[in-house]
Amino acid sequence: MKHIIVVGNGMVGYKFCEKFVEKAASKDFKITVFGEEPRPAYDRVHLSEFFENQDAKALEMAPLEWYTEHGIDLIVGERVSDIHRSKKTITTVTDREFSYDYLVLATGSSAFVPPIKGVEKEGVFVYRTIEDLEGMLAYAAKIKANNPNAKAAVLGGGLLGLEAGKAVMDMGLEPHIVEFASKLMPRQLDLRSSQVLQLKLESIGLNIHLSKATNQILGDKAITGLEFGEDDVLDVDMLVISAGIRPRDELGKTCGLEMGVRGGIVVDNKMQTSDENIYAIGEIALYNQMIYGLVAPGYDMAGVAVDQILGDSDSLMPDDIDMSTKLKLIGVDVASFGEPFMPAAKGHSIIFENKTQYLYKRINVSLDGKSLLGGILVGDATDYNMLHQIYLNGMAIPEDASQLILPASEGGASFGSVLDLPDTAQVCSCESVSKGDICCSITDGESHNLSDIVAKTKATSGCGGCKPMVVDLVNETLKSLGKEVKETICEHFNFSRQELYDLIKINRVADYDEALNLFGEGHGCEVCKPLLASIFATITMETANRQPTIQDTNDRFLANIQRNGTYSVVPRVAGGEITPDQLIVIGEVAKKYDLYTKITGGQRIDLFGAQIHELPLIWKELIDAGFESGHAYGKSLRTVKSCVGSTWCRYGMHESVTFAIEIENRYRGLRSPHKLKGGVSGCIRECAEARGKDFGLIAVDGGWNLYVCGNGGATPKHAILLAEQLDDETAVKYLDRFLMYYIRTAGPLVRTAPWLDKLEGGIEYLKKVVIEDSLGIAEDLEQEMQGLVNKYECEWKEAIENPEMMKRFKHFVNSDDTDDNLVFVPMRGQKMPKAWV
Amino acid sequence: MQDILSQYETVTENAVKEWFKVGLTSDFPENSGACIKYKTKQIAVYNFARTGKWYACQNLCPHKMEMVLSLGMIGDKEGVPKVACPMHKKNFSLEDGSNLAGEDLKIATYPVKIKDGNVYIGFSD
Ligand code: SRM
Ligand SMILES: Cc1cc2nc3c(=O)[nH]c(=O)nc-3n(C[C@H](O)[C@H](O)[C@H](O)COP(=O)(O)OP(=O)(O)OC[C@H]3O[C@@H](n4cnc5c(N)ncnc54)[C@H](O)[C@@H]3O)c2cc1C
Ligand code: SF4
Ligand code: FES
Repeated sequence: MKHIIVVGNGMVGYKFCEKFVEKAASKDFKITVFGEEPRPAYDRVHLSEFFENQDAKALEMAPLEWYTEHGIDLIVGERVSDIHRSKKTITTVTDREFSYDYLVLATGSSAFVPPIKGVEKEGVFVYRTIEDLEGMLAYAAKIKANNPNAKAAVLGGGLLGLEAGKAVMDMGLEPHIVEFASKLMPRQLDLRSSQVLQLKLESIGLNIHLSKATNQILGDKAITGLEFGEDDVLDVDMLVISAGIRPRDELGKTCGLEMGVRGGIVVDNKMQTSDENIYAIGEIALYNQMIYGLVAPGYDMAGVAVDQILGDSDSLMPDDIDMSTKLKLIGVDVASFGEPFMPAAKGHSIIFENKTQYLYKRINVSLDGKSLLGGILVGDATDYNMLHQIYLNGMAIPEDASQLILPASEGGASFGSVLDLPDTAQVCSCESVSKGDICCSITDGESHNLSDIVAKTKATSGCGGCKPMVVDLVNETLKSLGKEVKETICEHFNFSRQELYDLIKINRVADYDEALNLFGEGHGCEVCKPLLASIFATITMETANRQPTIQDTNDRFLANIQRNGTYSVVPRVAGGEITPDQLIVIGEVAKKYDLYTKITGGQRIDLFGAQIHELPLIWKELIDAGFESGHAYGKSLRTVKSCVGSTWCRYGMHESVTFAIEIENRYRGLRSPHKLKGGVSGCIRECAEARGKDFGLIAVDGGWNLYVCGNGGATPKHAILLAEQLDDETAVKYLDRFLMYYIRTAGPLVRTAPWLDKLEGGIEYLKKVVIEDSLGIAEDLEQEMQGLVNKYECEWKEAIENPEMMKRFKHFVNSDDTDDNLVFVPMRGQKMPKAWV
Repeated sequence: MQDILSQYETVTENAVKEWFKVGLTSDFPENSGACIKYKTKQIAVYNFARTGKWYACQNLCPHKMEMVLSLGMIGDKEGVPKVACPMHKKNFSLEDGSNLAGEDLKIATYPVKIKDGNVYIGFSD
């Protein structure tokens, strides 16, 4: 039996083990892995997710048991300190010695810390391990406690630096990015795209400082600032260094392996070092005189090393390694592929730029106009996967190559179907899954849907960037086999939301149980229950009180459940208009029940921290004072925001508040596939942000312009113009039709913007349905909406007046005690739940 | 925090020392959950009216240590009765308390007995 020692249990070291156990009969080999970090390998690529939940386990590549189950000895928390090549042994820091037949070095790299005066100061961090992040979190909390406006700088404006910038921003620090070069992401972007990206990042609150060389880090014990030149100082309370990586090649140096001039252990295309029994893979390996700081090449290297050790000498690392990248910063799309910058002698560039929308797209096309050589996308990278594939596979491009990047409204055409890709096209580069692997698995009948494919091939489980393409491939292949691709709700109902809507309506189904008996199987789940609840609400305008147990927890208790299991109370404040007396009532109720109060982003007031048994008492007082439910908990109409409009504003064209109140009251309580928000602005200055809403009205000369299908949130979209210069009555008529059509046809939890994206024919089609009544259903839609409007009642009022309904607002069935696990801590004169452990 | 969690351990039917009466069957909503108190413990009790079965487990979600599982929606995954935590929708089997996505989270379960219209939960302490 041969003994393989793997040094380093990072992403690539782990991948080596995984590929090994997939291929080898383990009885011929014994693997021992040493890892310096205190835990088994984790997904460094998604390290930033640790800030969201501090859940180290969720990042694990595989749990400890996985190694044991596969006969691998994993020794964590122990660094290998020496290699003795003549004896074929290694020693560790605790002076234990182990002998090997093959040694695989996967020691990765560490963050490069430039030799700046003062880097040793407190508050200076690098961004590489979970421990680094824990340190940053603790330090950020400390400095924020002293100074709520604390600032943090990130040294380095590359891919990782920007990710770190977003992370410090999410920690509540004022973020500053300091870059030595004159542009951001210097390796991936040209100057113009960097400028567009800079505008976009500044618009979300990142401060960017380019062409800045840091001379020293200021401060006594802890950092207080960065000094760039005389009189050029940036005050900061924390610094994250992200200035590149350095391979962890100490072991190679001391045992005399061939090294690169600037570090890294030299390997050939078999991943062998200058010692044939020693392999090096991942960010430690210097291949083609390059260190590849990405996982995909590292995973390929792991595969080659496994094959070579198992005797498959044909398995070699390719010469060209694709370095295309896509930034995963939430809300900012940036990608570059192939040759992003190209000398004019080699080809032509086509550039599309729109700074007002932070858009920049560049493609580089060969001189003969036939092939794509590379490109850059900023602001919208939806075409990245397809362009990347065209580039990788040398596919033909349209005669007018600009069609590849122009927006559809400018004559751009969506190009090519995923099925046109060659079978060898690598779709998921992290896991090396080709188009052929995916399609064959479906045509062979081995896989039937996306989750089968993910389970079989691991596609999408790495960086996740290929997901849209994998989904398309699965759907298109199923379609080509004549299989209907239906977005069924869950395992209990083999129907789409729209089909169920029709089934329930036509068959006059009375409740969830009957629907399950008639059209479903099993006993339901947290997906189909609230979905059917929403359908029942639209068809019969029943409130959440009639079938409380199929409601999502929020709707069941008519309140939003909070971090610590308490609830929030949000009374409706239509249009944001509120009287002093109403404010006093809210204040008094909040005081009496010791609730945290905050003005929401929806122009109303949220009272947080109520216990379940207090909810009815609080609502009784609010209802007596004339308030009603704000449905802040429901997938339903939330708010219609307004600006002050022509009654007070010197620019106002119409009475935006009056109209906002009318609309909010019209649609209050209306349940829908996802939440609905509206806005009404008194002029084009748009202070109510109506175009950031599912429906928005903006006053213009001669009436209202109606915009639809916008939202803020995770994927912001501006609403699109549906109709112009409408009078009040027509605006409401079109709104009725639009909303009802959306409610009837959208998928579960699909907001209006993604619904419109998928609607065949897009906005032009929607205009036909709503304005020209091309489907002949307009009258129907209006009547249905009017029926719902007429039946509205406040569900909180209904609940507190009905003793049977009140029973559910109690913590224990068998005791009047309340939850004694709740712990609040004081905050700025109010309270908040104690932090999670 | 760990202390709160450590008081919950699965009790099997033959280890029951006390069948604790927690109320009438009609006190528990059909096809849904409710919470009861036993000494310092909070226990979620589920009434699967469709199958006539009852289940009980700790009310504490091991993910973020919140007392919320009784408020979660119930149903089944491929026949296994389950509850979805209302906070982040982690799914737990009510048969053996395991996390249905294969995560390393587990909840303690307790046996339930129905007699003469009363609901009893089995405890070993
Ligand atoms: C309270 C509030 C934040 C605040 O302090 O200002 C808030 C709080 C929550 N928002 Fe929000 N959102 C609030 C305004 C907004 C806004 C601003 C607005 O409405 O103008 C947005 C962006 C606009 C938009 O929706 O397009 C917003 C986008 C979201 C999203 C992302 C939606 C999306 O399509 O991407 C979610 C998640 C979701 O709904 O799935 C969300 C979800 C939530 C939830 C319900 C999360 C949850 O399920 O617990 C939070 C509930 C807090 C609670 O327990 O009460 N909240 N949320 C605001 C309540 C407004 C109100 O009066 O009802
Ligand atoms: C925040 C962040 C975001 C990233 N995002 C992306 C991305 O979007 N896409 C992408 O492709 N790549 C990304 N990367 C890069 C990617 O994580 C690395 O390419 C990958 O982790 C390299 O794997 P590795 O196994 O070679 O090195 P590592 O993951 O660094 O693993 C090496 C391990 O070896 C251990 N070790 C070192 N020396 C010894 C020794 N002597 N004895 C024992 N153990 C030792 C180290 O402690 C470490 O655990 C990102 C990196 C970071 C930090
Ligand atoms: S949108 Fe127009 S009416 Fe409203 S506040 Fe601004 S300027 Fe005034
Ligand atoms: S607290 Fe239960 S799933 Fe997160």
